[in-house]
Amino acid sequence: MRCLAVIVVGSVFGCTGVPAEQPAAPEIKIGSKTFTESVILGEITAHLVESSGARAVHRRGIGGTGLLWLALRGGEIDVYPDYTGTIVQEILAGTGVRGEPAMRDELAKFGIRMSRPLGFNNTYAMGMKKPVAARLGIRKLSDLARHPDLRFGFTNEFMTREDGWPSLRDRYQLPQRNVTGLEHVLAYQALENGTLDATDLYSTDAEIRFYDLAVLDDDLRHFPDYQAVLLYRADFADRAPGAVAALLRLEGAIDESAMIEMNARTMLDKVPESEVAAGYVREQLGVQATSREESFWQQLLTNAANHLLLVTASLGVAILVAVPLGILAARRRRIGQTILAITGIVQTIPSLALLLFVVALLGGRLGAVPAIAALFLYSLLPIVRNTYTGLHDIPPPLIESAEALGLSSGARLRLIELPLASRTILAGIKTAAVINVGNATLGGFIGAGGFGQPIFEGLRRFNFSEIFLQGAIPAALLALLVQGVFEIAERFVVPKGLRVQARTTD
Amino acid sequence: MLELKNVSKTYGRTTALAPTDLTVPAGRTTVLIGPSGCGKSTLLRLMVGLIESDTGSVRFEGTPLTPANILELRHRMGYVIQDGGLFPHLTARGNATLLARHLGWSDARLVARVGELAELTQFPRDGLDRFPTQLSGGQRQRVALMRALVLDPHVLLLDEPLGALDPIIRSDLQEDLRRIFQTLRKTVVLVTHDIGEAGFFGDELILLRDGGIVQRGTLESLVRSPADPFVTRFINAQRSPLESMERVQP
Repeated sequence: MRCLAVIVVGSVFGCTGVPAEQPAAPEIKIGSKTFTESVILGEITAHLVESSGARAVHRRGIGGTGLLWLALRGGEIDVYPDYTGTIVQEILAGTGVRGEPAMRDELAKFGIRMSRPLGFNNTYAMGMKKPVAARLGIRKLSDLARHPDLRFGFTNEFMTREDGWPSLRDRYQLPQRNVTGLEHVLAYQALENGTLDATDLYSTDAEIRFYDLAVLDDDLRHFPDYQAVLLYRADFADRAPGAVAALLRLEGAIDESAMIEMNARTMLDKVPESEVAAGYVREQLGVQATSREESFWQQLLTNAANHLLLVTASLGVAILVAVPLGILAARRRRIGQTILAITGIVQTIPSLALLLFVVALLGGRLGAVPAIAALFLYSLLPIVRNTYTGLHDIPPPLIESAEALGLSSGARLRLIELPLASRTILAGIKTAAVINVGNATLGGFIGAGGFGQPIFEGLRRFNFSEIFLQGAIPAALLALLVQGVFEIAERFVVPKGLRVQARTTD
Repeated sequence: MLELKNVSKTYGRTTALAPTDLTVPAGRTTVLIGPSGCGKSTLLRLMVGLIESDTGSVRFEGTPLTPANILELRHRMGYVIQDGGLFPHLTARGNATLLARHLGWSDARLVARVGELAELTQFPRDGLDRFPTQLSGGQRQRVALMRALVLDPHVLLLDEPLGALDPIIRSDLQEDLRRIFQTLRKTVVLVTHDIGEAGFFGDELILLRDGGIVQRGTLESLVRSPADPFVTRFINAQRSPLESMERVQP
């Protein structure tokens, strides 16, 4: 029991010691969403910030606009890239705000500023094979009306969206009757082999380059604007004016073709976002920048260290809290039922929901802290329940013998009850640890690092070797390792008398 | 030594012990006997304060048992239960010395005391570092006795100490126990349902039935002048087949 406590306390203090190094240069925290373009923009921003002498931290691939907005307002990040259409429809939904000046005013109420557009519009568009478009003389959407026999294939979302096919057809008076709903990937293939003539796409999709597509100009301005912009905290502008000036160089600096090229370099050529971003910054903005990408083994090591930190810190705190709670539950029946019920309810919350709930509870805080807090909550039940069960299941004659000896309640707990329950308690801790190793991968969703990071990034880049080699397999191996460590720990924690073989004869 | 006045205990609607007075004389062996559920174990557990009486009071050497003084008073009582109640995570030595060690005895003193007790209880020295699961039932009871005796208590309370043993081991241990009681001249209260065992140990027998005392006296007086037909029935029920054969063939 004692050596277990040492491990726990060590790991807890070990973790608080990690972020102690404070840099002199201001630290700018950048966020990005879970898709490639956003991560590339985040990396470009990071390079520019660093060129101003500040230190940049990029929390890449944070799940969802809501989470990023919360983090930005909470000061957990200072800047992230978003799109005007998203800002209007999701962040400022219900305010009825339209147009850049009104958006700026509305955002200012939250202490947030918006850059001018970066130069490209990532909205819905229609694309055709370039030779076909050239042969038919089609350059803009209104040209389509002259070719009623064209075959269209749209994603199901585009077929039903408010600004999708039905309203597009009305707007441009399109006569085509041959319209199919199908998956994006199939649509591209159909374009390629000539069974479709046009499909919907995002105007900066990497596939535009891959399939050599012509993007038709939305000459009647049907699709809403999704101009890329940077959202940043007003106080960040005051705190690090140099850094803000540096990243505002992006205003008007990236056009559609440049963005398509960068997306394609990542998605199709499998060049890491950081390297693509560094190349862009060097060549287009003349800023010195080198890829921040780590080597395979470096990355694996960093992820392993972060993952272990998440697991040991959460487990350590959980042991310090859950074992006493379990003892209390075993000794006080009524409080005990309440404790077991509450920890049981926590366990029924889906782990991702719990994680996001903790983030919201901490005011949009991202990274390791909310991840550790969520893992901590998740670890409570197995430890509390096993501590309770271990103590509760001690045979009454043993409890009575200890009492009859005249040992105080504390001495009974320390000398008799905890050692007798040690195997069960340790099993609970082991269960919590193994579950934690798995659940900690969800930390990738909120930029907590660990093996979840490559899993989420691999999903984004369709890079399955990254998912498995950097994420899933190491996480599984770590779970096995943790299991092994606990089997060994059992020899030190569980008293020998409980492990020796019973005599077969009397 | 032990004085119980008007003590009683009920669990819900079940009366475990009706209001009872009982005095246990010092330096002698008193046996509480009766069928299952008669209240004999309840009486013993009241004496060591494992349960609290609903009414009346328990005095030990003149001091009333209270929650405040019970831990200290228990250091002057030794208590042994049927299966020994040994702690499986401690060796025989660890079990025997647990309390003394907790009270801060030196290692040398502990070693000496364990030596004395092992000799007294006829416990093999090479068994001292074994765990309870590695000992026989009889050895476990000897360790339980060592544990109860470590602080040299003034009274020994034993709840069916031989109940779980097979006949030969039981008979050996009976002899040893009686010798130990006689050597130490301790006040002993022993609970059993076995009339032979009661007669073997007891200076005085207290026969209980349905939570009350039926008769108190030597085995001989219980046989010769039973206070109630139940006394005779209880004694006769335990006559062994051997005895009845003797009666058939004069």
